Amino acid sequence: MNENENHSSGIIKKSDLIFAQYKTMYTVLESSLQLSAEQIIETMLDSGLRGRGGAGFPTAKKWQAAASVPAVQRFVICNADEGEPGTFKDKAILRQVPRKVLTGMALCAKAIQATEGYIYLRAEYRNLADELQAHIDIFHEYCDRFKLDFRVKIFMGQGAYVCGEETALIESMEGKRGEPRNKPPFPTEVGYLGKPTVVNNVETFATAMIIFKVGASEYKKLGTPDSRGSKLFSVSGDTRKPGVHELELGMSLYDFVKEFGDGDTKAVQVGGAAGMCVPRREFKNTIIGFEGVPTGGSMILFNSKRSMYNVLHNYLDFFNQESCGQCTPCRVGCQQLLLGTEAVKKGEKDTVYLEQLIRLTETMRIGSKCGLGRSVGNAFNSIVENFKEEILY
Amino acid sequence: MAEKIQAILDHQQIEVAPGTSILEAAALVNVKIPTLCHHDDLQVAGNCRVCLVEIEGRDVLEAACATPLSQGMVIHTLSPKVRRARRDIVSLLVSEHKTQCTTCFRSMNCELQSLSAEYNVDNVTYQSLLDESEPVDNSSWSIEKDTSKCIRCQRCIRSCSDIQHVNALDVFGRGSNMKISTFMNLPMNEIVCTNCGQCVVHCPTGALTERRYNNEVWDALGDPEKFVAINTAPSVRAGLGEMFGLAPGTPVTGKMVAALRKMGFDAVLDTDFAADLTIMEEGSELLQRLTMKFRDGKDIPIPMLTSCSPGWVKFIEHMYADLLGHLSTAKSPQQMFGAVLKTYYAQKKGLNPQDIVCVAGMPCAAKKYEANRPEMKASGFQDVDMGLTTRELGYMIKQAGIDFNSLPDEDFDPVMGESSGAGAIFGTTGGVMEAALRTVYEIITDREIPFSNLDIQPVRGMQEIKEASLLLENCKPEYSFLEGLELKIAVVHGLTNARDIMNQVAAGESPYHFIEIMACPGGCIGGGGAPIPTTKEIREQRALALYKEDAGKPVRKSHENPEIKQIYDEFLKEPLSDISHRLLHTHYQKRRRY
Repeated sequence: MNENENHSSGIIKKSDLIFAQYKTMYTVLESSLQLSAEQIIETMLDSGLRGRGGAGFPTAKKWQAAASVPAVQRFVICNADEGEPGTFKDKAILRQVPRKVLTGMALCAKAIQATEGYIYLRAEYRNLADELQAHIDIFHEYCDRFKLDFRVKIFMGQGAYVCGEETALIESMEGKRGEPRNKPPFPTEVGYLGKPTVVNNVETFATAMIIFKVGASEYKKLGTPDSRGSKLFSVSGDTRKPGVHELELGMSLYDFVKEFGDGDTKAVQVGGAAGMCVPRREFKNTIIGFEGVPTGGSMILFNSKRSMYNVLHNYLDFFNQESCGQCTPCRVGCQQLLLGTEAVKKGEKDTVYLEQLIRLTETMRIGSKCGLGRSVGNAFNSIVENFKEEILY
Repeated sequence: MAEKIQAILDHQQIEVAPGTSILEAAALVNVKIPTLCHHDDLQVAGNCRVCLVEIEGRDVLEAACATPLSQGMVIHTLSPKVRRARRDIVSLLVSEHKTQCTTCFRSMNCELQSLSAEYNVDNVTYQSLLDESEPVDNSSWSIEKDTSKCIRCQRCIRSCSDIQHVNALDVFGRGSNMKISTFMNLPMNEIVCTNCGQCVVHCPTGALTERRYNNEVWDALGDPEKFVAINTAPSVRAGLGEMFGLAPGTPVTGKMVAALRKMGFDAVLDTDFAADLTIMEEGSELLQRLTMKFRDGKDIPIPMLTSCSPGWVKFIEHMYADLLGHLSTAKSPQQMFGAVLKTYYAQKKGLNPQDIVCVAGMPCAAKKYEANRPEMKASGFQDVDMGLTTRELGYMIKQAGIDFNSLPDEDFDPVMGESSGAGAIFGTTGGVMEAALRTVYEIITDREIPFSNLDIQPVRGMQEIKEASLLLENCKPEYSFLEGLELKIAVVHGLTNARDIMNQVAAGESPYHFIEIMACPGGCIGGGGAPIPTTKEIREQRALALYKEDAGKPVRKSHENPEIKQIYDEFLKEPLSDISHRLLHTHYQKRRRY
């Protein structure tokens, strides 16, 4: 609990790496391209960067895996299908520092010998496309100047939450219905068009660029051993400071709420609909990071005026609509959770029925095909267990 | 050879080739893992999650069908965690399914029903999600679609895409709205569907069934004014036994005839007779085309394509409408049968064709549609009144209370009840080709086809595309223009394979003179009206039954069938005569591709 004590000291470490504006264009890219593919992966490995989309897979391992599969063609895909409720940090990155993202993609391309990259842009972010394309055009000029054979295209998503799951994203890019694939094989082996593919979150690529800017050893001084670096948080709900904030990983939720809460915070939903709801009494014991409660960035604060039943209902409604519907536990499970929660509230089902629904979330967690169905239980269980009376009465 | 994978499955040491799935490995050591969305004919989906297994060291369970074994894996297929999850998943499926098994055609042959029983599932754990807002779609002559019984396993979608490349069905909507639907949600009779029924044979529940006519047939049988004649296709006798628990491939021709007679059919006749007739007409058409091309130098569409499979016929009408000139104009045996039943047979028996009801027992769903094509009225009446699948026939025999397995063998009725071995093998892929070559070769050369025992081995078997060539030597004087020609033929089954062959034809690069195409995998023995389950092994067994029937027949060639000689002598005069053309040939229409 040492770390816990350290981070309950009331200090919340802000950071300003991601949105820092540089005066020169693509100088980090130019210098980093002097490195070999192995050196690039080595630097990434050293930095300890874990994916910023939420699942936290070590980024270097992904690049390494894609590079090691024999192939004539490989792809780099930037996952900008930012659909987790309460997340809006990728939008800010693409608006303010798109060059960082493109640099990160180019470094990945060099590391895995890819010549084509895609930005899978969320349908709702169509308004970003023109400006982003203008940046891509300039980026291509620099690629040519640096003799890097790499081109990036924007691929517009069509509005499905599940397409944020990397294999569903790939299916969607291939013109198919956006449904997660069976894994293995993972995209690093059989990805877009059957070729080894790295799919990383927008923030992951931007952070990769920063690592090459400041150096891995400097970068990993931030955060904790399990959660290196800083990260963007999309703060919303009952907060004094809504917006995107860059914070070091490893802080306690208590400190976070002290900084961002409105003084009446009852609970924080960490990680969006797929994440956990942490009640006030757990704030001090909760570390934000991979050693505690991980998040893709979504932090939604609820004060005492909020009905947790409504919060839960909202999430279940969301999953009910956004499950792709292919696998049984997720498709039917989401419907049963929604219907069951309503029935308990209305008194049509006995209160012990909630126990049955909690058991159902376990089936969904261990039985679903992808992360969507597997994580529905996070919100359900944490809200039902911590706010049972609000659910019942 | 890559290194073998060593693993432990339910405490048994196993060794398999790399890439083997857990499900396949389990089958090798006789461990049965339940499945729903899996079918050996189809690509792996991994979406029903019924086959979940526990792998040591992994927190979540994995789908056995979709997970390849890896070195040192320790797998448990029956742990409490697995059983609990499986039971829960079957419960969830039951909660969205219309569980009215008492009124379901697939009751006692439903995979969800068996699993529910096996896992002792109740319907109180979860609330019913049954949505009956969508009415049963019975707009198609062939296929009935009841969404309320659908478990979203997508086997139909994969059948339509993997096997047939038609893609009539697809997933529609997300989450709770996700369902299997048609293009633009159109009714089944308005979409591009070949009616092949592969979706029906692969459906684990009663969501997709054939449109059924048993009640109409019973009504006809009970009507004293009607003369009800049934003819049964070759593949029915090769599959019907499965409806009564007999092993696939058990020939039940004699018992089937006995059962039909007991049910009250006024005449029990043989589609094989019409198959022989088809060979006479189609074979003659081939000769005519070869003559026009090689003797007269005319620009006549070659290769000629067979036209016995109504699923295939509708497919080419939709997909390759510009190539319809290649399609033989000969009707399928079912339609030839109906046309001569209500003319020739009626005359011979002194019956008023108006009173004749022609029932066809077929291993096929598309035949129901074919019977109802508006142009199929050559006799002046609808030539074929009702089509029954092998499954419906089986149900009707059960409804009649007949103890099928103890029936004595009986023979078909005379006049259109006699057939050659060539007619029998029509039911399997390569059979039409073999039957046609036996006759055509002999007409050209006056000699029997040079294959031991008349068995044309190169066109037999379940290979997806079979090809062969036959050198025509020492031809009869009237066919001297064919001297030295290497007659090239191909045989394909399954419309995905047909597409490959047809793309060649469309590009003008087809090396063949004659191509047999059957819509269903394995030919009619794997038809959309065949007993469920149908798998590769079962198709092979049914095909063997037909080859056995052929080998045991005194007459092996269509043109030597005495009843065929008789019908030409007394009625049709000769193949391709005016009356043959009127009754036995048809025309096709271009249909839209989308």
